[in-house]
Amino acid sequence: MVSASPVSGTHVAPSAARESLRMQPRSRFAIWRSSDHVRLVLIWLALLAVPFIAPNAYVVSLANLALINLILIASLNLLMGFGGQISLGQAGFFGLGAYASGVLNVKWGVSAWLGLPAAALIAGVAAFVIGLPTLRLRGHYLSMATLGWNAILVVFFNQFVSLTGGPNGLLGVKPFAFFGIALDTEQRAFPVVWLASLLIMLAILNLLHSRIGRALRAVATNELGADAIGIDSFGIKLMCFTVSAALAGIAGSLYVHVNQYASPDTFGISISILLIVMVALGGSGTYWGPCLGALIYTAVPQLLLNYEDAELMLFGLGMLVVLIVFPGGLAGVPDALRRRFASWRHP
Amino acid sequence: MQNTAVVLQLLVAGIGTGSIYALIALGFNVVFKSTGAMNFAQGEWVVMGGMISAAVFASASSVGLACLLAVILVAIFGVLCERLVIWPLRRPTALLITLVSIGLAICTRGFVMLTLGKKPVGYPGFSGTATISLGGATLQAQTLWVVGLTLAFLLVMHVFFERTMLGKALRAAAADREAAAIVGVKVETTILISFGIAAFAGALAGAIITPLTLASYDQGAMFGFKGFSAAMLGGIGGLPGAVVGGLVLGLLEVFGSFYISSDFKDAIAFAILLFILFVRPSGLLGRPDIVKV
Repeated sequence: MVSASPVSGTHVAPSAARESLRMQPRSRFAIWRSSDHVRLVLIWLALLAVPFIAPNAYVVSLANLALINLILIASLNLLMGFGGQISLGQAGFFGLGAYASGVLNVKWGVSAWLGLPAAALIAGVAAFVIGLPTLRLRGHYLSMATLGWNAILVVFFNQFVSLTGGPNGLLGVKPFAFFGIALDTEQRAFPVVWLASLLIMLAILNLLHSRIGRALRAVATNELGADAIGIDSFGIKLMCFTVSAALAGIAGSLYVHVNQYASPDTFGISISILLIVMVALGGSGTYWGPCLGALIYTAVPQLLLNYEDAELMLFGLGMLVVLIVFPGGLAGVPDALRRRFASWRHP
Repeated sequence: MQNTAVVLQLLVAGIGTGSIYALIALGFNVVFKSTGAMNFAQGEWVVMGGMISAAVFASASSVGLACLLAVILVAIFGVLCERLVIWPLRRPTALLITLVSIGLAICTRGFVMLTLGKKPVGYPGFSGTATISLGGATLQAQTLWVVGLTLAFLLVMHVFFERTMLGKALRAAAADREAAAIVGVKVETTILISFGIAAFAGALAGAIITPLTLASYDQGAMFGFKGFSAAMLGGIGGLPGAVVGGLVLGLLEVFGSFYISSDFKDAIAFAILLFILFVRPSGLLGRPDIVKV
């Protein structure tokens, strides 16, 4: 393929995604697939112990946050890592989900369990409407449109004070309730977040191994090639963007009901950009990358709390070092090391 | 008569703000052309320009000298950044450079906060705090300086890209990296120079707007987004595109906040911007990229 222009835009074909597309023998493929499922369930079963072994409620709250961040980062990874599209508005969809679910609950008393699908629906529909005109084109259009969308949303979160509480935030959001028991402590909220993240990670895994998932990766690798073999690349991109936003909306709904509060600062463009970096640090276009990304995103600010003013700079420096040394993200590190080790043994 | 004065006042303010966005968009475009990446550090250089000017002014007490020194320092900083974080990349894809520039932006913001402080800083304009009356409107002299210096810089850039060997080499490398390399253009050097120019343009914007708005370490992201939007609006890549995009965005903001609502200023500007992009995806002046397969 010859490209007449060196600046062919954000049409990225992530190397990691390409790698996982590599043809594998059918029998081995089945084993590999089942083992990813098994691994996921085993890890989540182990996570169940967190509320019991955590020394205090604060650690549990961090675990909740990490799992919500995981949904958010995994949703962006689906779009960016596997779909090859860059959204600068993922925090906006996160916020839309949070405010949709929160406002429905505070103003009209809609229960959190109904708010959750409502948040997914609203965020998904919004993405569908934005995707319709922008995804037909290649280049930076989706980035620009989502950036503008996020900026507009933040203004609305801040200015519709009667509905959203404005800059002070949305107060008085009710937690999830289970047969009349309010899940209002971190320990009680944990199972909800745990189950939601498990189901979403399973859904993403199944999606990636479905016909649609393969089509998605084909579109990300070479859109024209995908079109040529009969894939509706616009439809696939639109579906991926919609699903990704709906998942972010679910993360938002979980966030607002677990914290019982939302503030516009949590959903700004800077956060959207940080999320992109977290996808890349974890390993863009790898299934397990978002887990590492969510861990970094949740834990590193806590670790840096002691450094006060230097925090920002250390965070940036760490980011730069990882990106320069491991451009494929941390999830690719074991493979890279193994390959290097192998090349030492068989030069 | 009253009405014309108001419109004139808004027009000048819009052109002033638009000039700043145009400068940032120009920096954005230059890096985009040479690397294909969105440079998120662009806005931080604007802040750096303003903050260093203020720091130098505190000890040198000459505004012009302080700004000149600051702009040169930031341009050197931009070049250094390219050598330190972009150049070492083994496979510099557009996406990776974009991501690295985000890290660079966060790092720069932290660095500026640590070395130059958290407090907003300012200094008097180039003609003090003088104001000019024109057709019933009262204009700040600094606004005219902003417009004039932006125009001068754009002219210099135009001559640089059209007339000098180095400028032509930059354009050649942007048009076709491999072909440019074959005829002897050092592509890596053109990336270095584009970072220098981008940092210079950003710092210039920061140095000339600070007397009107003050500068503080956390404004960089906002400047960056506005510059990016202006670049997209004008049609990413070209010099005229950056100017038109910047001016349109500046005027939209100023008129929108006066006639509709200042609270919704950003929302109005971005909504119109999205509308324009939906109607004309390649920007106001851009031509669609034709990619041969």
